[in-house]
Amino acid sequence: MVAGESGLGKSTLVNSLFLTDLYKDRKLLNAEERITQTVEITKHTVDIEEKGVKLKLTIVDTPGFGDAVNNTECWKSVADYIDQQFEQYFRDESGLNRKNIQDNRVHCCLYFISPFGHGLRPLDVEFMKALHEKVNIVPILAKADTLTPSEVKKKKIKIREEIEQYGIKIYQFPDCDSDEDEEFKQQDLELKECIPFAVIGSNTVVEAKGKRVRGRLYPWGIVEVENAAHCDFIKLRNMLVRTHMQDLKDVTRETHYENYRAQCIQSMTRMVVKERNRNKLTRESGTDFPIPAAPAASESEKEKLIREKDEELRRMQEMLQRYQDHLITQKDGC
Amino acid sequence: DISKVIHKTPSASRELLPKVTKCTDLFGYVGIEAVLDQMRRKTMKAGFEFNIMVVGQSGLGKSTLVNTLFKSKVSRKSCTPDYEEKISKTVKLHTVSHVIEEKGVKMKLTVIDTPGFGDQINNENCWEPIVKYINEQYEKYLREELNINRKRRIPDSRVHCCIYFLPATGHRLRPIDLEFMKRLGKIVSIVPVIAKADTLTVEERQEFKERIRKDLTSNGIHVYPQREYDEDPEERVLNDRIRESIPFAVVGTDKEHQVNGNKVLGRKTKWGIIEVENVAHCEFANLRDLLIRSHLQDLKDVTHNIHYESYRVRRLNESNMNFSELVLSSWPLKNGTDTCETESQL
Repeated sequence: MVAGESGLGKSTLVNSLFLTDLYKDRKLLNAEERITQTVEITKHTVDIEEKGVKLKLTIVDTPGFGDAVNNTECWKSVADYIDQQFEQYFRDESGLNRKNIQDNRVHCCLYFISPFGHGLRPLDVEFMKALHEKVNIVPILAKADTLTPSEVKKKKIKIREEIEQYGIKIYQFPDCDSDEDEEFKQQDLELKECIPFAVIGSNTVVEAKGKRVRGRLYPWGIVEVENAAHCDFIKLRNMLVRTHMQDLKDVTRETHYENYRAQCIQSMTRMVVKERNRNKLTRESGTDFPIPAAPAASESEKEKLIREKDEELRRMQEMLQRYQDHLITQKDGC
Repeated sequence: DISKVIHKTPSASRELLPKVTKCTDLFGYVGIEAVLDQMRRKTMKAGFEFNIMVVGQSGLGKSTLVNTLFKSKVSRKSCTPDYEEKISKTVKLHTVSHVIEEKGVKMKLTVIDTPGFGDQINNENCWEPIVKYINEQYEKYLREELNINRKRRIPDSRVHCCIYFLPATGHRLRPIDLEFMKRLGKIVSIVPVIAKADTLTVEERQEFKERIRKDLTSNGIHVYPQREYDEDPEERVLNDRIRESIPFAVVGTDKEHQVNGNKVLGRKTKWGIIEVENVAHCEFANLRDLLIRSHLQDLKDVTHNIHYESYRVRRLNESNMNFSELVLSSWPLKNGTDTCETESQL
């Protein structure tokens, strides 16, 4: 998933990372159209194959995020989307046929931070805090070609400080084992100090020093996207695709999804306990029949669902009761 | 180059100039042109004021640009001892004044900063404190004008120019840009600039500017120089050229580097040095020329003859009073008192 304000180079970076052309016919909305637009969720799926290894890549984009004058809770549709994928997976997992479950859960969210600010903006903080327990957040410092090397360094330090200050839990690279060699440990340390990744993206090829490279041509020089001295693009791509893809999926599965599942089950159990207590009360109040929910003439969807769930629970309890009675009579009968 | 300002006649109401009859040929030297020297000497003695407001999200380089424009530390950032780069929760206006002198010409430059604009999650109505400030300055001037005993030179705190900073997204105008410029374009001269433009290639910059100009036209937003105020065909040609190249894409800095043996203002990156005053790199020089070298007096004239006049007309119409009544009426002053200062002078 890519998230962040418009104009931070998200589409260009996605195309650069995976050498795709996903946004060819995109139409840029003008400001009036944007005023009425809410945050959308769009998906592009691409099948990539390299040396026999197949990858089904899905890019989830969030156009409209942070573009309005009033952006209160604009992250809600993003959070809802992530939860929906979890819910779908949860249902599939609990179903009978589990052979071909499709994993649509979001494994990684690249959050684009503007290079024009003085660090994190209020919107950045709110977004990351709303989502850091649902998805792996990898912060990106966008359009880094507008910054000098010392400015990049200062901004990275500031952003890291603010992330800690606000208690935002971004994706943590797993620690090296102590028996790894020095070079590996050094690389690992460099990666950790790289956050947020200062990236530059490009869909065009330019000629630099006799070579054809992906880059951006300015009157004052050429920025090479794949030059580690120019930006962290290579580091980001390696991390996402070559070294940490499996870990991103594992953390999603073992931490974020499990959190969701636990919360889900907890709230379901709470519902059952509440229902059981409610039924206990009605029985103790002397009536033999559980009080039926009075169906209103024009019921809202929500009320209908609650009523259906209530009846389901009641049926389950009756079954349980009958089963228990059956056991007791059996025992008596022996 | 502040001295170039004197050439335009100050504050003559455009409508009241008498119809000029055919120019009579002189058969000798009279010395009319010496009036220019007289004006020049008077302005040098008195100095003049220029008030510039900067509006835009935090981090767009507003303070740096103002410092670069006037080649001195005139922004709030450079002048406040305990300045912190924190985002403020509401829009508060700060003014900082300096007297800049060049070749004997003194300019009192006031920079009005608007920290907090557009920085929150909910930015609804964040332009209101700015509208209020601009109108308050017009009101102050109006009060002074309506006095019976007027000051010889009314102190001019009216905003002559509002530089609006657009982030270099490369896309289009955002809703907040439209809302701001729609409202303020009616009461002040807006000069939009593309900030931190070193992230746009020349091509991207052109496309971005075209889209912005289209958005401005389709929303009926008139930025400076407004077409309707061109005085003569010569000015129209000059201003048309400007209108076809705005908004200027700027880069600002106070650091100097060596390029080809010269010291230049620039930003040094791993792939080259961006020379701020090089027109092949960015349009800072164009902005500076517009604001200071060619149109500074015009900005003041437009503010006085057009924006201020409309305010004055609006005010007198809405109150339906005559002049003396207006002076007597109360208005909220900065220190919270309700009474008008000038009451005692009647």
